[in-house]
Amino acid sequence: MILIPCPWCGDREETEFSCGGQAGVPYPSDPVALSDEEWAKYLFFRENPRGPFRERWVHTHGCRRWFELTRDTVTHEIHVRRD
Amino acid sequence: MRFTFAGTEYPGCEGETLAAALVRNGVLGGFHSLYRNRPRGVYTAGEEEPNALVQIGARPLLRATLVELEDGLVAEPLAGKGRLVAVPDETRYDTIHAHCDVLVVGAGRSGVAAAEAAAGRVILVDAGRGAAGLSRTWVVGLYDDNYAVAVEAERRVWRIRAKRIVLATGAIERPAVYPDNDRPGVMLAGAFERYGRPAGATPVSGGWSPRVHLWSQARGRLRWDDRVGAPVPDGELRGIECVGSVTGEGLPDAPAFALPDGDEDAMFVDLERDSTVADVRRAIGAGLRSVEHVKRYTTIGTGSEQGKLANVNAICVAAELLQVHPDELGTTTFRPPYLPVSFALLAGRDRGPLFDPARVTPIHPAHLAAGAVFEDVGQWKRPRFYPHAGEDMDAAVRRECAAARESVAKMDASTLGKIDVQGADAVEFLNRMYTNAFDSLAVGRCRYAVMCKPDGMIFDDGVVMRVGEQRFVCTTTTGNAAPVLAWMEEWLQTEWPELRVWLTSLTEQWATVAVVGPDSRALLAGLTRIPLDRGAFPFMAIRGGAVAGIPARVCRISFSGELAYEVNVDGRRGLELWQSLDATPYGTETMHVLRAEKGYPIVGQDTDGTVTPQDLGMDWIVSAVKADFVGKRSFTRADTARPGRKQLVGLLPADRIREGTQLVADPGSTAMLGHVTSSYDSVALGRPFALALVKSGRERIGETVYADGIAAEIVDSVLYDREGARRDGRPA
Repeated sequence: MILIPCPWCGDREETEFSCGGQAGVPYPSDPVALSDEEWAKYLFFRENPRGPFRERWVHTHGCRRWFELTRDTVTHEIHVRRD
Repeated sequence: MRFTFAGTEYPGCEGETLAAALVRNGVLGGFHSLYRNRPRGVYTAGEEEPNALVQIGARPLLRATLVELEDGLVAEPLAGKGRLVAVPDETRYDTIHAHCDVLVVGAGRSGVAAAEAAAGRVILVDAGRGAAGLSRTWVVGLYDDNYAVAVEAERRVWRIRAKRIVLATGAIERPAVYPDNDRPGVMLAGAFERYGRPAGATPVSGGWSPRVHLWSQARGRLRWDDRVGAPVPDGELRGIECVGSVTGEGLPDAPAFALPDGDEDAMFVDLERDSTVADVRRAIGAGLRSVEHVKRYTTIGTGSEQGKLANVNAICVAAELLQVHPDELGTTTFRPPYLPVSFALLAGRDRGPLFDPARVTPIHPAHLAAGAVFEDVGQWKRPRFYPHAGEDMDAAVRRECAAARESVAKMDASTLGKIDVQGADAVEFLNRMYTNAFDSLAVGRCRYAVMCKPDGMIFDDGVVMRVGEQRFVCTTTTGNAAPVLAWMEEWLQTEWPELRVWLTSLTEQWATVAVVGPDSRALLAGLTRIPLDRGAFPFMAIRGGAVAGIPARVCRISFSGELAYEVNVDGRRGLELWQSLDATPYGTETMHVLRAEKGYPIVGQDTDGTVTPQDLGMDWIVSAVKADFVGKRSFTRADTARPGRKQLVGLLPADRIREGTQLVADPGSTAMLGHVTSSYDSVALGRPFALALVKSGRERIGETVYADGIAAEIVDSVLYDREGARRDGRPA
């Protein structure tokens, strides 16, 4: 069970969080303008790298805020971008 | 002190283990092996014991080497397997959550030195009785980010987060491999010394193996060390270090491993699994090379002892038979738990309602008093029906349905999720979340609404009430209250942070009673001054005022097709409201029948995450005007727009059919046309009926399909009062 640094609450147990998958996949600004293929790519396709991965997390059983972090999918090492 | 083992009573001493007492009493055997029924005896003085397993009362598979003697203790020997006893373990187990700067595992010389040198908060644990620090405590699991789970005296679980961990876990003596090395009286040299060189016992030793289990659990690498003849920790782990003999330091040089002559089928490698050199030879003969594969083939190391004694010898034997260096065979990966841990101990006090709390509404006492039969909806206890004396569920539901259709009935709807949506951009927010539009929804009115995921599939439905210019209350299905709130929050925070909207859960703050039936207006008229006639209080309108003297928000919503009012009050006054309403109480079963007769789908029952609003025949709820909303783009995807999708229809079967039944075109066919999603007996229709998802269902109306051989006619999903004549009360 990894420790996850919530930007609002600090290090908390993994069980308090939910993972929202790959970060940086914004909702398209004009979905109607997209082809079926482009829309399907937004809906269904995500990266699954071995190594550092930018992810979205939410502190479900805490402050309920969403944030992003980079987690190494092999070592679980976590880096939080402070911006 | 007296204790009983295998039916014989023996004298014991305070502070002894059961194993020590047996050996002191001259019991060098007394046990048998799992598969071959060979006589066995105490072999070790620690947690690696493979033979001396006992059952004490309800507690199975205890190691006699770890059991502390108590006066009157009764132990039965076990051959490798314990017995589950059909009584719950009522022992009270505890859990402690601890944080420290340094956790030191092992209070030998190196461990104590490490603990003394450490700064800050230090926790020192050790398996020994009377050891420094936490005694009789085993770390059984070491997980990511220095999270350790330790068990103290089989009574208490320690869940420890440590900034740094020092493993001073020492080494385990290895058995020697030779014919009949399993005979009673043969024991490891260290145990022989610990037990005071018992008469008739034979000490053996195959060298010492570093106790690398926790290092390996934390994903530390291992390398073979020729000098000690066993794997030692290799490389580095963040925040974990090994000290003392676990690194191999200070351990004696291992004797060179050699297989003696003799019967290989009597040279035991894993005593608990009864696996021998002959078994390893068979595995290698079958072409297996990796020690992980040899382990799976022979089951070596898979007993409750988990290979603490056997694994290193298995590698040595396999290497010898293959004539390779042990390093080439790899090592096994050690996984938690280091020792068997009972589920009751891990659960601690988180059992029963503390593990899975029951949620009840403020009206619950009245349901109990009325003898309701409950069903679980998520964690909620909801009344399913209220049987009178001698009634089964079908009879109770018939009576409850009749009351709702012909006079007046009431249902506790407090479990429905309620989300308060406030802010200057609330309308825009709801327009994006739901498929329908809210610009034209007037204050004091409400609207049925559907919410989809971006893939266009229905996620939830409910009623959106506009209670102020910038304030709405959205209801959700009972099971989706938390997921819908989380879903709304996600979009608000991550995609639309510019929207000025705030969300608050009100589910438990309000109690809601649905008052249903043609006489509901008359019933409420006696309890409120709110004008109730059709013109003053139209369908889908909201009114405020006192009901039975309780401040209330009343909505004209109907999930049954009958004239109905939903009365919302402060949760603390829900019971008082319920008791002031003289109506037949009905439960979720009747609610389901009433709504199904009207063809109203239930999200999660008639839908399953692959169903669009169009599939349900609800094109009318999908706004054609809004530029976008969550799910809109998917309605024109090829797969969502194709003909032949499953659509919601009604079924009129010749007999009751079961929910979930596959529907086929003729009784001999197996080609699935769809499945039954809801099935009930109807008083109003005087017959059984069902709802189903059927491929191109609406084009098939009038056709016959078969459910488990029972013929059913496909009909429109609305079976009762298609004209909606009863919505405003009993038709003239």
